[in-house]
Amino acid sequence: MIYLDHAATSYHKPKEVAEAVYNAIQGVGNCGRGAHGASLDSSRIIYKTRVALSSFFNVKDPSRVVLTSNATESLNIAIQGLLKPGDHCISTTVEHNSVLRPLYHMESCGVELTLIPADQKGCISINDMESAISSKTKAIVINHSSNVTGNVIDIESIGRLCYKHKLLFILDASQTAGIIPIDMQNNNISALCCSGHKSLLGPQGTGVLCLAKEVSPTPLLFGGTGVDSFSKKMPPKLPTSLEAGTLNTHGFAGLLASINYIVHYEQINIYNKANDFAQYFIEKASRIPGITIYGDFNALVRTPVVSLNIRDTDSGIISDELYDRYGVAARAGMHCAPGVHEVFNTVNQGMVRFSFSHFNTIEEVEAAIDALRMIEEGIL
Amino acid sequence: MRPKELQCIVTFNTTTEAIAFEETAKKCGLEGRLIPVPVVITSTCGLAWRENINNRAMVEDILEKHKIGYGKIYKLEI
Repeated sequence: MIYLDHAATSYHKPKEVAEAVYNAIQGVGNCGRGAHGASLDSSRIIYKTRVALSSFFNVKDPSRVVLTSNATESLNIAIQGLLKPGDHCISTTVEHNSVLRPLYHMESCGVELTLIPADQKGCISINDMESAISSKTKAIVINHSSNVTGNVIDIESIGRLCYKHKLLFILDASQTAGIIPIDMQNNNISALCCSGHKSLLGPQGTGVLCLAKEVSPTPLLFGGTGVDSFSKKMPPKLPTSLEAGTLNTHGFAGLLASINYIVHYEQINIYNKANDFAQYFIEKASRIPGITIYGDFNALVRTPVVSLNIRDTDSGIISDELYDRYGVAARAGMHCAPGVHEVFNTVNQGMVRFSFSHFNTIEEVEAAIDALRMIEEGIL
Repeated sequence: MRPKELQCIVTFNTTTEAIAFEETAKKCGLEGRLIPVPVVITSTCGLAWRENINNRAMVEDILEKHKIGYGKIYKLEI
């Protein structure tokens, strides 16, 4: 199989990740649930993971790195825990449902919501965003990069905007964490939400929520924490206040190994290799007649994600042909981002998304282009 | 059962604080270790650091210098 669906999850993982998960499964207990060796070993893994993530995203404080089960949980904690009825929140129409659905839920609870529309390339204007700010505005929630187009938003400018207007900046970094540098301090990010299993190359079932100083969402989940057993409330201190229930130590052992791998090989090298594949794919695929590629290709920075269609053929049919006849795994459909398909008028067709990793090879990219060419000729 | 001895006991608000202290304490050469919080302090679960009473000043110094959060420091016979 030629796996080109890394925007869904990184299929190839460093071998160190699998080894770390295996070793953890063989030998650790439950984090924060006892003072015996097995429990302490688990607590030490979790602590080291927080320290590594704190350094990686420049959080400055490991206790403000909350470990969750996925980006959706992180986003729900941030959105539901920081917004209150009467607040105004700004986001965009091209978000993933992991942002949109919690926002729609909060809207039903009395939060006023403004979604900034994208232009014909799927880009968001920061001026439009600033124009939407009112005295009631509490936060801007936005994804760093679209999981469909690969367009990347300028978080430095949004960070400045939030600083200027004293707004919370909630960032969905699911598509960029691990491949594009993110600095919590320099970019004035209040809540950084991401999964561990995409470009961070860790196991599924791991998510991250990094919180800036003095940003403390109310808990989403309530339950056991290993401390203050007789209290009827969640313990007030981070990260415990937002971590009810057993943590996925086995998974976070893998995430710790993957962070170390990324630091060792350097993000820029990992990004450049994957991006070279994407650029090569765009260059070749765009020469195939009948193919439409969606997004902003004049941008200086993009994630290695390319979505396309062949004429008006159902994206599911193309994707099925790609896998069934050529062994190319690409993702068809709406990618949980309905607003993107409204922008590009592909609501009734979807798109076929190819997403690349530094673990891919140029031969795999060539094979995917050849497969597309043959499918296109077959449609004619 | 071990005979009881006077100990310096440090409690923490979170497991993160406890492990952060353990990591730093070991680097600084403290001889103690993490134990379950003695019920005489609080009838809750959680971790505490048990240290030779003679090292209390060093414990306080580490907590202060490395800005590690903690609950309280006790002198206890356990």
